[in-house]
Amino acid sequence: MLRIEALEKRYKTGDHALKGVSFAIEPGQVVGLIGPSGAGKSSLIRCINRLVEPTGGKILLGEIDIASMNRGELRQVRRRIGMIFQEYALVERLTVMENVLSGRLGYVPFWRSFTRRFPQADVDKAFALLDRVGLSDHVDKRADALSGGQRQRVGIARALEQDPELLLIDEPTASLDPKTSRQIMRLICEICAERNLPAIINIHDVNLAQMFVDRIIGLRAGEVVFDGKPDALTNDVLTRIYGDEDWNAMRKTADEDAADAANVAAFEAAREQRMAEVPA
Amino acid sequence: MSATAPVAGRKWKRPPLFFQSKALRYFIYGAALVYLVLALGTLNINWVRVAEGTERAGRFISGFIQPDFTTRGRDIWNGLIESLTMTFTATVVGVLISVPIGIGAARNIAPPFVYMVCRSIIAISRAFQEIVIAILFVAMFGFGPFAGFLTLSFATIGFLSKLLAEDIEDIDESQSEAIRATGASWFQLINYAIQPQVMPRLIGLSVYRLDINFRESAVIGIVGAGGIGATLNTSMSRYDYDTAGAILLIIILLVMAAEYSSSHIRKWVQ
Repeated sequence: MLRIEALEKRYKTGDHALKGVSFAIEPGQVVGLIGPSGAGKSSLIRCINRLVEPTGGKILLGEIDIASMNRGELRQVRRRIGMIFQEYALVERLTVMENVLSGRLGYVPFWRSFTRRFPQADVDKAFALLDRVGLSDHVDKRADALSGGQRQRVGIARALEQDPELLLIDEPTASLDPKTSRQIMRLICEICAERNLPAIINIHDVNLAQMFVDRIIGLRAGEVVFDGKPDALTNDVLTRIYGDEDWNAMRKTADEDAADAANVAAFEAAREQRMAEVPA
Repeated sequence: MSATAPVAGRKWKRPPLFFQSKALRYFIYGAALVYLVLALGTLNINWVRVAEGTERAGRFISGFIQPDFTTRGRDIWNGLIESLTMTFTATVVGVLISVPIGIGAARNIAPPFVYMVCRSIIAISRAFQEIVIAILFVAMFGFGPFAGFLTLSFATIGFLSKLLAEDIEDIDESQSEAIRATGASWFQLINYAIQPQVMPRLIGLSVYRLDINFRESAVIGIVGAGGIGATLNTSMSRYDYDTAGAILLIIILLVMAAEYSSSHIRKWVQ
């Protein structure tokens, strides 16, 4: 499906972001890309649709090499790759519907997109997708009137409106609260399963990644240092990816939350007692 | 015993903004003061002329207090209509030309060659004050509002293109990245990612420029480019201060009205 061979990226500033990254993805496979900040996750994902120009290697989508395409061919292939962004990257002053329909821009001529007269099939699909992500009531709202979770749902609908063969997802939950993060991850994974759609998800929350994805690739300093099933992600492997850290302590956060809750309860009880003691 | 130990009564003063050395600071500020006094001394004020001017100012102010709208009512009306026509047409034409130049002058969306050309056009337009351009156009096309129209259009281009280009350079890149990722063409990118982000400011700036153009139309009239400025100039040279006072009052009222409505429009398009 997607095969990346010896992908290199060296920025003009001299940063060597990707040092010969290679892997292949099967149809329907959801891959979590983890690694410390600056490991090259974001560069890797942006090299695939060439929002960042790779400096070497091959990106094979089916039989064609994206890395060696000219501008026109690149536009054609970008239509086949949907992308979901960290800060949603919706056009804030356009309506929800316009944002979703912008997923069809690669397919319609300028004049139709300018006058917002998209083919009926595109509009039908947009309504169906908004229904699927639970935003049917917000079609004509401006994107900046929505909450974070709702915006990311619009982002997902925009990517799917392209009828993509591959999804690139850059930190989808980084600006969301824990509960919304889970809902969004679940939605993404459900949709990928429904459509047998492969996806690459940049994610820094290791627990969340383990919970949802089929396969994890660990990146460190521009190199793949782990590639396997989520349950093979042992403390040793995490140390290899992120460096030394007390992983068991990190995983104990659930217990700590419980302890916090107990402290809060104790504080509240003490306060109520104080309030009761104050003479009226 | 460290410096961070909390000691009561420890002094703190804001460090000086310029010149860390105290001596240098006093020297430079002192020198500036001395120069100011010497420069004022060379101004050579002629008190006789000041007295004459004050007398004339008195007559002028009395004309202002009793403005005469009627005697030359027709001239004032014609001048006003001419100015408003000039202002409006020049702003519309100026904005229409500014938009493509502004897009071309934005480094993040225009190729380097187009960028250079558009920035040069802006630089030329901004290099001259409206009056200089007006004198030039009056010499080329003769007295009258056409020269004024050309002047104001030309000045609008420099103003609006530059501010539009800067606004485009400041947009949120992630939004245009998302639109590019869908396979959109360059024109679609402009229409979907750039336009929604800069439109409110473009409208606000256009209304603001309309306001500026009206004020400028009064000024450039004095050098022969027609409009209310020409009427004002004529009445002044006739020592017709009542009429001049009336014209000034009308200009003040119109500028206030423009100011008030433009701030409303800008709030409304946000």
